[in-house]
Amino acid sequence: MTREQFRPDDHDNDHFLLTTVVGSYPKPTWLHRARDRHENEDSSFDDGDFQEAKDDASRLITHEHERAGIDVVVDGEMRRNEMVEYFAGRIDGYEFNGPVKVWGHNYFDKPSVVDEVAYDEEWLVSEYEFTADAATRPVKVPITGPYTLARWSFNEVYEDEETLAYDLADLVNEEIEALVEAGARYIQIDEPALATTPDDHAIVGECLERITADVPDDVRLGLHVCYGDYSRIYPEILEFPVDELDVELCNGDYEQLDVFKQPPFTKDLALGVVDAHDAEVESVAEIKENIERGLEIVPPERLTVSPDCGLKLLPREVAYQKMANLVTAAREVEAELDAGTVEIAAPQATAD
Amino acid sequence: MPEIVSTTPGLHPLPDWAKDDLEDRKGNQREDLISGDESGEITEIYATAREELVETQELAGLDRVAEGQGRWDDMLAHPLTVHDSVETGGIVRYYDNNNFYRDPVVTGELTPDGDVAAELDTATAHADSPVQAVLPGPYSLADLATDEHYGDEAAFLDGIAGFLADEAGAFPDVETLFLLEPSLVTSPPETDDEHERVPDAIDTVADVLDADVVVYPYWGALAEKTYAHVMDADIDALGFDLVSAPDDNVYNAQEYGTPEDVALGVVDGQNTRVESPETVRERVEWFDGRTPQNDYGRVYATTNTETFYLPVNRFEEKIDTLATAAQLTEVEA
Repeated sequence: MTREQFRPDDHDNDHFLLTTVVGSYPKPTWLHRARDRHENEDSSFDDGDFQEAKDDASRLITHEHERAGIDVVVDGEMRRNEMVEYFAGRIDGYEFNGPVKVWGHNYFDKPSVVDEVAYDEEWLVSEYEFTADAATRPVKVPITGPYTLARWSFNEVYEDEETLAYDLADLVNEEIEALVEAGARYIQIDEPALATTPDDHAIVGECLERITADVPDDVRLGLHVCYGDYSRIYPEILEFPVDELDVELCNGDYEQLDVFKQPPFTKDLALGVVDAHDAEVESVAEIKENIERGLEIVPPERLTVSPDCGLKLLPREVAYQKMANLVTAAREVEAELDAGTVEIAAPQATAD
Repeated sequence: MPEIVSTTPGLHPLPDWAKDDLEDRKGNQREDLISGDESGEITEIYATAREELVETQELAGLDRVAEGQGRWDDMLAHPLTVHDSVETGGIVRYYDNNNFYRDPVVTGELTPDGDVAAELDTATAHADSPVQAVLPGPYSLADLATDEHYGDEAAFLDGIAGFLADEAGAFPDVETLFLLEPSLVTSPPETDDEHERVPDAIDTVADVLDADVVVYPYWGALAEKTYAHVMDADIDALGFDLVSAPDDNVYNAQEYGTPEDVALGVVDGQNTRVESPETVRERVEWFDGRTPQNDYGRVYATTNTETFYLPVNRFEEKIDTLATAAQLTEVEA
């Protein structure tokens, strides 16, 4: 199994519920200010200054995850502005025309594909190397998947989004190979666009085949899909070539949990146990109940515990407290599993 | 070639400065969206932005100027989300897009409100060109909302249609009304009763205005049965999204005829690739040529969807394209 490598040496319990996060985290206010100054042509705040600010933020937030007790950490995506923009800015063939609305007063600089896409500068290798160097715990790398990069862009030149997605998959594959070469052992592919257009699950599957073809067996691959109707992509997503499926269920109070019961869930399950869009911090007791909902789907050795989605829209202290409570809850459930006082309702694994 | 009237279905992108200002002053969360009783600084920002939306269209030379719906934070659900008898629930997906709106939960009688009429008062005061009103069609607005008051689908649709009729009844003089009905395509009526209610609901709204009423479905073509029922409504024009489903739309027009006028979605409202005026003319001619049995009085040439999906620069180029295409035919005529 790919997950045992992430069990901390000093882990107290026999059971191990891997705790991690989805990726993004609130940026310190001073980092926003640094970005504003860097973008201001009249300011003397140059590329080197901004790089230093991003390095500092990355180190700080990586340590904040460690302080919360998270087993596999990230740097909160301190260097990334947005999950599509960041990558599109590094790929040849994209251009930006200005912000478009997502909802309310949330906008993003939705890029346009105006030429055949090609690999240009590296995307995440230096981010990974820096974070791994700063961290004392294993590091996960979230990367936006090709289907989402295709769907959440304006496609001006490709025949259809499917063709574009496959070309982008080749580029994602190139980056993942470089990440693996650099030492990354846990990579999470984010495909939230699949929730928008669930009928395209076969395209996402084909993209994943292209991405993961040469990834060694000891590299843990996850897929994150959020805010949609999972019944429209289940059980098809069980065919995807990944170890773990990461889903957002806390937001909907686990109303969709039963979707994953029939047919039985055959992957590892990364379960959202705190809401990423509610500023109220869930209590440890509440999170423990949520974790136990996960045990209705998979046994403890296949359960990963994480927030529903990236935490970046929350106030920072709320985001931190959610992580800290998540870890406390996971450790308490582990201890109760060791003691045999928690029921595991998941079906017994069958040979497959 | 019929007369081409250039227009849009409204819901334009806010100017970038207004996006920034509103994001800064209102914030990013659900409770920061519009309430209908906004005041002071926020009203000022919206007012300036809305004036700019009208000016931009006049500068481009569109034949119909929409109010632009700059305040419609919740897109087509807006007329409900600002209503006193509506509570806004969670954030829900807006059709099959990466866009979200607050679920309007109707908890009481939908009494006359006047929010959209007040917007149009400002627009008609500012605009020199003929103004086009935009409302969600009754079927789509009911589809976007949750009913906790009227009790059944028929009563709810009646309630929504009556509410929209009251709203339209309070409008200043406008030239045209676009009733946007994407839900007729994306979640069409199923039973006979549901089908029969569609033209009744449209007529409830259409009958109160002297303006030309255009029913505008998009994101595909109407199913044949739905199309036949919509044709029973007393409307001046029906819309066809020729970007997403040209063949199915032309088939409907061939098989079942059209009202005297049509609205053709000939420019992509969801892609930054900018069409040329010649492409617009070719698409209009294509539709006209394939439906020789219909003699169109007027063709409204428009983007196929609302336009807030576009960045401002491409939106402006696209309305230029539409205006130029219409002007080309005027010169030829």
